[in-house]
Amino acid sequence: MNKLPEISRRRFFKLLGAGAAVAVILPGWMVSTDTESINPTGDPADLSSWIHIGENGKVTVFTGKVEVGQNIRTSLAQVVAEELKIPVEAIQMVMGDTDLTIYDRGTFGSLTTPNMSPILRKAAAAAREMLLEMAAEKWKVSKNLLTAEGGKIIYKKSGKTESYTALVQGKQLIRTLKEEEILTPPDNWQVIGKHIPKVNGRDFVTGKHIYTSDMHFPSMYYGKILRPPAWHTTLVSADTSAAEVMDGVIVVRDGNFIGVAATNPDLAVQALSSIRAEWKTEPQPSHREIFNYLKENAGSGGGRTENESGSVIQGMTEADIRQKQTYQLHYIAHAPLEPRAALAQWEGEKLTVWTGTQRPFGVRTELARLFQIPEEKVRVIMPDTGSGYGGKHSGDAALEAARLAKAVGKPVSVTWTREEEFTWAYFRPGGIMEVSAGIKKDGTITAWEFHNYNSGGSGIRPVYNIAHQLTEYHPAESPLRQGSYRALASTANHFARESQIDDLARSIFMDPLKFRLKNLSDERVIAVLKAAAEKFGWEGKELPDNHGKGISCGYDKGGYVATCVEVSVNPVNGQLAILQIVQAFECGAIINPDHLKNQVEGAIVQGMGGALFEAVVFEGGRIQNPFFSSYRVPRFSDVPPIEIVLLDRRDLPSAGAGETPIVGIAPAIGNAIRDASGIRLTTLPLAPDGVVKNER
Amino acid sequence: MELLINDKSYNVATQPGQSLLSVLRDELNLTGSKYGCGEGQCGACTVLLDGIPMRSCILPAHSASGRKITTIEGLATEEKLHPVQDAFLEKEALQCGYCTSGMIMSAVALLKKNPSPTRQEIITFMNGNICRCGTYNRIVDAITLASSKIKAQSHE
Repeated sequence: MNKLPEISRRRFFKLLGAGAAVAVILPGWMVSTDTESINPTGDPADLSSWIHIGENGKVTVFTGKVEVGQNIRTSLAQVVAEELKIPVEAIQMVMGDTDLTIYDRGTFGSLTTPNMSPILRKAAAAAREMLLEMAAEKWKVSKNLLTAEGGKIIYKKSGKTESYTALVQGKQLIRTLKEEEILTPPDNWQVIGKHIPKVNGRDFVTGKHIYTSDMHFPSMYYGKILRPPAWHTTLVSADTSAAEVMDGVIVVRDGNFIGVAATNPDLAVQALSSIRAEWKTEPQPSHREIFNYLKENAGSGGGRTENESGSVIQGMTEADIRQKQTYQLHYIAHAPLEPRAALAQWEGEKLTVWTGTQRPFGVRTELARLFQIPEEKVRVIMPDTGSGYGGKHSGDAALEAARLAKAVGKPVSVTWTREEEFTWAYFRPGGIMEVSAGIKKDGTITAWEFHNYNSGGSGIRPVYNIAHQLTEYHPAESPLRQGSYRALASTANHFARESQIDDLARSIFMDPLKFRLKNLSDERVIAVLKAAAEKFGWEGKELPDNHGKGISCGYDKGGYVATCVEVSVNPVNGQLAILQIVQAFECGAIINPDHLKNQVEGAIVQGMGGALFEAVVFEGGRIQNPFFSSYRVPRFSDVPPIEIVLLDRRDLPSAGAGETPIVGIAPAIGNAIRDASGIRLTTLPLAPDGVVKNER
Repeated sequence: MELLINDKSYNVATQPGQSLLSVLRDELNLTGSKYGCGEGQCGACTVLLDGIPMRSCILPAHSASGRKITTIEGLATEEKLHPVQDAFLEKEALQCGYCTSGMIMSAVALLKKNPSPTRQEIITFMNGNICRCGTYNRIVDAITLASSKIKAQSHE
């Protein structure tokens, strides 16, 4: 049963003391489609997680996943508590520490709940069974006569009880996971499906939680990096002599990398600003010509086919009405409130970096490559971080801090300014979506052709039954650094699709809800659509003049979403007001209802930013709105009452919820604007100045 | 320079023009107040000066001298949380928590000035604080709850 190499076992118990542990080995038993994130090498020694029950009664759970506000520290503890029959408070979660936790590809793609959560749940069930076996052996009774409850094994017939703590005294037991473990059925759940408060919430409301940017070491230096004035710029020359003579300042030059480290942050800023540098910037497109640029740079020979069935030509021939439309969306920024930050410390050959990242193991690889040292010599620790939204996959600040720390010989802290975060982090890509569709007079969609340029392929397949369809994603060369974002292209693809669906319904004077239902057969999409419409009072909703209602639906990453919005558009000046939002969401069995609701609400609010007014303005490689004063994000006054309907499907596995709840809001608002004003807006953001204007 | 922070007196050597936020975080290791923008736009650095909410990232430290500074660290007494802190926990009015200190300090100032704010008054007062996780409606609910908690306390 124990296939663990002795070294891991020794290290493990040395670290935690004696006790009992369950290790998860080999992903073979997993039904998940994304086994790579659990076990990248397939090596049996490559564990994915541990649960340890200590002699002191503490239960410690180890996972490479990280907490960025999505509350997995709570939800993962909940599934362990459920199966191990202990209170959530008895569990300590060790997360995202590359020396203590096992390799994990990263916290993204809404994968924690569908992948890591079932593993930990099974591991906890295995630990419980192991404790039952230990008690059965001790008392010489059948395991089936015993129950686990409140951290104890109970033999009801005899009245005997034994705590887990007592059972594991002096033991060093490791059990590995079997393919099938005995899981608590949903009807008996006592912790899963219940509201458990954020586990370390008190630390946040008292200011005690230490984010990376809060960390202080004695004799620590503060680092600053010389940035070019624009993207696609090369350094011609730099004069660092003034900084070099400053007391308490060390200048680090390594090729194009120029940084300073100083004994206090103000001195670091002074030193940096004393550097005289000359740069050469290449000509490059601005936000104004970005859409043409992306289309022209999308590579020849067509895109990557995401979905194809039937013949679009035939579908178009069968159609009574054909519509073609082009949609666009601008680049946006994640703008996590805690900017990129890292603290690096070298002890001999060993590098330790604390940093806010969604990929601690990925950052470890980046660091090992940069310094050409083995990965075992690098430890990356991720303190719970001031959010990411898909924007903290990279290790930029970690690399910078480590380079400076190596030169200085002291720990160095690097915290990006807001301007740096807005300029040098990567962006959610902009893109173009071209849609052609045909329908019959009765509302049957006969043809669907969809092309996405640059923004991405996620959520691109239509949710509707369409006999003849083709969807393609065309990667393009981006003039700005682009990367992941909450739901990424799913927002763009849902915006284009659900706007087009709305116009198709309007072309035959059919209610947009009825039109959708007519072309849908996925019962989970239908269920959220009906739930949202019912809560909103879609049918027969009485609207004052110049008010409009909009609806959208979709699915992605195991989550099903439908959104209804009411807006008003002033007929004189176009002033837009978002008055009400209702969203239904379903992602299988709910683990923590209030935290799920919080995620769904937050996604809607963040989505409102990209839908209404967020856009990166750039020219000649310079970001022209790199501050909160010039880059508008949603604020209190932007948010109307939001009602969430959660559908709990305990018969289905739980999926993640960090992303898909963001995809419905932009098209629902766009469709409501169309309903209120007759204007179809095809570009995100829809109303940067808060005003609805005809685009053409 | 002498600063009175959370009823405790501190003697600090500051650089000319150094912000109060920098003094709190880098000199005194009071890191509950956060850097979010450096231009007074996001409210993550909010502290109270004689009960009035100020953006400590754009406030020169010397201008806080002689005034009563309250930071998030000074809000809870002993093991008892401030009612606003309690309400934030009860309403789960946070996700990543990075804006939370500033939100709570602003909310404390609001309730001091206006013990029974309407929803609209809360929104107007709090509009300078950004929560990128989008928990705004929860924060409004938490402030409303805190308002009733404080009133209940004063009737005890």
